[in-house]
Amino acid sequence: MKSIGQAGTGALALGASQAVLADYAYNLQTPASQVAADVFQLHNLIMLVCLGIFVVVFGAMFYSLIKHRKSVGHKAAHFHENTTVEIIWTVIPFVILVGMAYPAAKVVIDMKDTSDPDMTVKITGYQWKWGYDYLNDGISFTSSLSTPRAQIEGKAAKGEHYLLEVDEPMVVPVGKRVRLLITANDVIHSWWVPALGAKQDAIPGFIRDSWFKADKIGTYRGQCVELCGKDHGFMPIVVEVVSEDDYRAWVAQKQGAAQAAAADGARAFEVAELVERGEKVYLANCAACHQADGRGLPGAFPAISGSPVATGPLAGHIEVVLNGRPGTAMAAFGGQLSDADIAAVVTYQRNAWNNKMGDLAQPAEIAAARGGAAEAAAPAAQ
Amino acid sequence: MSDAAHAHEAHGHHAQPTGIMRWLTTTNHKDIGTLYLFFSLIMLFAAGSMALMIRAELFQPGMQLTHPDFFNQLTTMHGLIMIFGVIMPAFSGFANWQVPLMLGAPDMAFPRMNNWAFWILPVAGILLMVSFLLPGGAVAGGWTMYPPLFIQGGISYDLTILAVHIMGLSSIMGSINIITTILNMRAPGLTLMKMPLFCWTWLITAYLLIATMPVLAGAVTMLLTDRNFGTHFFNAAGGGDPVMFQHIFWFFAHPEVYILILPAFGIVSQIIPTFARKPLFGYASMVYATASIAILSFIVWAHHMFTVGMPVAGQLFFMFSTMLIAVPTGVKVFNWVATMWRGSLTFETPMLFAIAFVCLFTIGGFSGLVLAIAPVDIQLHDTYYVVAHFHYVLVSGALFSIFAGIYYWLPKWTGHMYDETLGKWHFWLSVIGMNIVFFPMHFLGLAGMPRRIPDYALQFTEFNQIATVGAFIFGFSQLIFLAVVLKAIRGGARASARVWEGAEGLEWTVPSPAPYHTFEVAPVLK
Repeated sequence: MKSIGQAGTGALALGASQAVLADYAYNLQTPASQVAADVFQLHNLIMLVCLGIFVVVFGAMFYSLIKHRKSVGHKAAHFHENTTVEIIWTVIPFVILVGMAYPAAKVVIDMKDTSDPDMTVKITGYQWKWGYDYLNDGISFTSSLSTPRAQIEGKAAKGEHYLLEVDEPMVVPVGKRVRLLITANDVIHSWWVPALGAKQDAIPGFIRDSWFKADKIGTYRGQCVELCGKDHGFMPIVVEVVSEDDYRAWVAQKQGAAQAAAADGARAFEVAELVERGEKVYLANCAACHQADGRGLPGAFPAISGSPVATGPLAGHIEVVLNGRPGTAMAAFGGQLSDADIAAVVTYQRNAWNNKMGDLAQPAEIAAARGGAAEAAAPAAQ
Repeated sequence: MSDAAHAHEAHGHHAQPTGIMRWLTTTNHKDIGTLYLFFSLIMLFAAGSMALMIRAELFQPGMQLTHPDFFNQLTTMHGLIMIFGVIMPAFSGFANWQVPLMLGAPDMAFPRMNNWAFWILPVAGILLMVSFLLPGGAVAGGWTMYPPLFIQGGISYDLTILAVHIMGLSSIMGSINIITTILNMRAPGLTLMKMPLFCWTWLITAYLLIATMPVLAGAVTMLLTDRNFGTHFFNAAGGGDPVMFQHIFWFFAHPEVYILILPAFGIVSQIIPTFARKPLFGYASMVYATASIAILSFIVWAHHMFTVGMPVAGQLFFMFSTMLIAVPTGVKVFNWVATMWRGSLTFETPMLFAIAFVCLFTIGGFSGLVLAIAPVDIQLHDTYYVVAHFHYVLVSGALFSIFAGIYYWLPKWTGHMYDETLGKWHFWLSVIGMNIVFFPMHFLGLAGMPRRIPDYALQFTEFNQIATVGAFIFGFSQLIFLAVVLKAIRGGARASARVWEGAEGLEWTVPSPAPYHTFEVAPVLK
């Protein structure tokens, strides 16, 4: 980006003022990667050029508005064309644009170069949370908003990171090229962390890539930026950039947790145990639409309390949770939750509110309902 | 209007229905222009109220007044109605009133089709408004209607598709009428290159509409069959592609952006010379610039899609082509400033709105240039920066030009001068309010606030509060506009035929109010 700094006339001022501007709420967030820094510089350069043109053009206009008024006795001239002037003010903007296009093209090429990654993370958008699969380290988890409903509804004081906090952040090592493979499960989402300069739409059925290399250890926050339905505003992104050692420790801890969760799928549970676990799964995955009281939102999202599915045959209930309802917002949770979690949430739904079914689903039944592909399809639990 | 009716009888035509039947069956271009403008005015207040509900919810963090799903319905319907129900019908109203008057033509080329083009619009408007009352509420997937989200919705989504079809049909009929009128019904001696610029901009706009409305119709029809008949045009699981919808949609919607602004250029190009008492500078280059913008508008669509993941070559092509649009747009701004230069300027309300248009539209143009730079766009895409950008172009651009045009021609239409004091109040409150709403949104976008969210993180609070205060100032100032218009219709100082000292053109040769039938004998040009 040195060349940009040397290209524009305002660039000297830019270099000096960048540090000041960066922490100010009137410009882009403080960059934490080279790409974000390049974009920051590019934006400043273009803004200065625009400001210069604005001052010249509207300086002339306001001079005219003051001096060429009828009320001060100005008589109208009668010129109405001048080929030379018209050619000049067509050519000059063109030249300025070429001056902008050159540095911009260099950043485009840099942003699109996803070669030679140090590690690769697959990111999946769901309504309304993010899934992360670390392809090199075999870690998988979902990441949802952790701000309590009470804060959103104004029943509790809002925390410092209101709406920008998650239960499970994405963790990456500092200074490593992280390649992102981004897709979605239901509708289009868009993954964006401003300080890292990475934004990519998550498109169901397609995998697109992007990359970032964080320069500094820290916590970087972003949000879904493509309208994805009701809770579009409530699916933030948190990236923890840590040292290489801390990253290794985190990987070891996550892998241990995954093994413990896998063991859950093999054992049998009591109703009370499943209901307790199921309530947590329900609140994290189902309550956004079906509501915490199970009554849904009439006209938009059906009630579960007293619904024919949750009070009908167990196999049908499991089928809906596993495979979803195509063409509606009801997602297929088979790919998102472990056997134990699905067993828990189904059991919870059958025993909560007015649904006093008294029966339960065991993880083994979920595995059977998946039709033998259980080990391959079920990601590890959180 | 009663004066117009008397004038009509004096001409001895067939007896005409009165009351509601007069308006339902009218084929008169002035009546139809009036209908378009009133429809647009009603829809302005409907969609404006939705904007105020949005701003009220966003006054502070947390969910206070709306449910997230209802919030999405408000943003979606605000966008759809403002575009298809306010700006486009208003420009059609201007075209109906002014194109025949400016060309010295007795009426539009196809009067009965003109009647249809208008009267199907309220049907579409009702379909959209009624959907709020249906199970599941109105459309909440954004005015851009992206699948697969749009596939998930309820019955109102199908009604919206139908409404879009109807509005598209109306626009196509209107455009055929305008093109035919302009090409065939100009007064003898009024060559194309002598035609008022408003007619030129509408001629080019009409071609854009005819070229792109069928594309939108195709896109929403594919949505309809994906939703109801088991096709998979946009479903990857069935071999389709959700991004294909975005390509088709923006191939329509980028030219649509110019459909919403070229007639505004035309209106402003009529007003500035009048109040500068000096001919429009660079008439020929204005025509060529308008045509260049229209042609370029067909090859820039994917700049709305830089974040979908395009190849480098695609990003570079769409970045360069988009930047190129700044050249003809710049030419227009320079020409307007040169028209004012060394004129004899006065500042009646139409001129104030026109000057605000030139200034503030240019701010929208600059933020457009910032967004044209692909790497910067990737940072700012789907943030409030984009919301700020397109409202500078559509509110202080399109809407202000409509206000300017109404004040400019209202004396010709009603025969009465509007209340200049109220007009100035309307102008200053609007221009100040508008900037208080939308300027802080640039900072919100830069700081990272996504658009279309009902609740936000705490660091965005101050600018949102400022914007909400501005929105209520801006919104309620429009009641002054309503008062000015109604007052001028009911009475006021009588307007002369020429109305404005510096006005030039055939429309100022007929009396004010313009008689029900004008130019039954083609005028002779000096």
